Amino acid sequence: MLAYTFRRILAAVPVLVTVAVFVFLLLRLTPGDPAAIIAGDMATPDQLERIRASLGLDKPIIVQFFSWFWLLVQGDLGTSLISNTPVAKMIGQHIEPTISLALLTIVLSVAIAVPLGVIAAWRHGTWVDYTVMTISVVGFSVPVFVVGYILIQIFAIDLKWFPVQGFRSITRGIGPFLERAVLPAVTLASIYIALIARMTRAAVLEVLGEDYVRTARAKGLREKTVLFRHALRNAAVPVLTIIGTGFALLITGVVVTESIFNIPGIGRLTVDAILARDYPVIQGMILLTSGIYVLVNLLIDLSYSFFDPRIRY
Amino acid sequence: MAQSTFFGAAMRLPMFRSKGRHRRSFLVPGLALAILVIAVIVALLAPWLSSHDPLAMTPSSRLKPSSDAYLLGTDAYGRDLYSRVLYGARISLFIGVGSTVISVGIGLAIGLVSGFFRVLDAIVMRIMDALMAIPSLLLAIAVVSLTGASIWTVMFAITVPEVPRVVRLVRSVVLTAREEPYVEAAIAAGSSLPKILWRHLMPNTLAPLIVQGTYVCASAILTEAILSFLGAGVSTETPTWGNIMAEGRAYFQIAPQMIFWPGLALSLCILSINLLGDTARDLLDPRMKKREAAK
Repeated sequence: MLAYTFRRILAAVPVLVTVAVFVFLLLRLTPGDPAAIIAGDMATPDQLERIRASLGLDKPIIVQFFSWFWLLVQGDLGTSLISNTPVAKMIGQHIEPTISLALLTIVLSVAIAVPLGVIAAWRHGTWVDYTVMTISVVGFSVPVFVVGYILIQIFAIDLKWFPVQGFRSITRGIGPFLERAVLPAVTLASIYIALIARMTRAAVLEVLGEDYVRTARAKGLREKTVLFRHALRNAAVPVLTIIGTGFALLITGVVVTESIFNIPGIGRLTVDAILARDYPVIQGMILLTSGIYVLVNLLIDLSYSFFDPRIRY
Repeated sequence: MAQSTFFGAAMRLPMFRSKGRHRRSFLVPGLALAILVIAVIVALLAPWLSSHDPLAMTPSSRLKPSSDAYLLGTDAYGRDLYSRVLYGARISLFIGVGSTVISVGIGLAIGLVSGFFRVLDAIVMRIMDALMAIPSLLLAIAVVSLTGASIWTVMFAITVPEVPRVVRLVRSVVLTAREEPYVEAAIAAGSSLPKILWRHLMPNTLAPLIVQGTYVCASAILTEAILSFLGAGVSTETPTWGNIMAEGRAYFQIAPQMIFWPGLALSLCILSINLLGDTARDLLDPRMKKREAAK
């Protein structure tokens, strides 16, 4: 296990380095002068020069890469063109709302989607199954921003249960936090619920025909125990995997949801960076989220043997 | 020759075979197909179906609800929403289909070659792993903000993150197919490399590619709308569903129609494409058939 963990961590390194090389080349290989595109049509030569210098575009490309990469390894993601603050610091200031929102979303999604998937598999081919599958396809297809505005219209404007927009840090009390975070979390969860419910159903369906499930039933265990203890646990690996790969969708959802609900997280930071043409911030976001993506999937890989003891390394 | 192999392979797909073993309801996929056909017709005939110029501003009738003159109401500049939503179908479908064709084409080429040559495979797959680690929306945003936004750069930006998904799929099919006796026979008989790749290996990838292609298309349409919605898409003057919704954000509480109608059109299109993809997968996936037979 230890050897496997070590190998797995080592394998993640080249992926991260390749991401960095790719992100680096993205700016340098863009046809035309990236500094001019970033600066916009109204830029003065002075501004162009400043952007070129701050992106390091005025040095040879190999020198550029190594000095950039060396800073990156030390956690330096570059400096914003607009506010002149380090990108890492800006992300640090905005990450708390995003993390709390993302965690709430994952908890909510798993709590809703896993039972839905198990029940759909259990009642395979009945109306329960079809209802869950329909919800799942619809949830997967209706874009996050449409879901968000429908929820705002119903629960914030018509029913007035929640405020329309805004965010309150969890450090200022769980009540005010939840009051503002529930709608965005449900919005974000819609796609995750669809994905996880679908995968849970397929995975449980696969194991329901296994001998040990028949044995469990034969020895008189309650159906609930059979489903949630025996079947679900063995179906955990594909479900975990989809949570990991769905992480990219979560990032997309975060960017959109935060701008709908006016939440000052890193998604909002990205959107502001698009509008202000602040390329270093976008680049920093890519590096950060790719890093988290690799890390999350690494942890999920390592947790397989915990959920499914048959998997040994 | 290439043409005939393509169609030959396509006609051997299960969905074109007549078999009456189990009946399957085609109501839902039929509806989905109908919605898509309507969307294509609307996109093609937008100039004739629309009631106003989608760009004509009428300041006196801003943010009007739906009426006889304006079927779905007007936006913040007094432009007819109905006509704008119709024209929006053009961009969405064009970018959806265009990105799919390009990413499937590039992914197929890379996947075939990489699946066939072991040495190349290791390198290509590491690059694809890295590309897949980058959240596709952020990658698209970066590409657009570096190249400036036009229909072509948006399409390119959507294509880049989709390619690795196609490559992985094609490669996995090729890896199993290349061990088949007929491929070995072709190599032994001295067939040229392009012929082995195209005639013997490519047809194996068709069925999974059709399924994957529908998902790529749905995801491309969605990404285009999100990019427009966030202000990183095609020029804000162009009526796209995402752009209309982006403008509607500020007026959501007084004129929800600007979010609602393009949102509905977008959701219906994506839903229909996903449903067709699911149907195609059920029909083409041999594992599903085994499961049906076991029942």
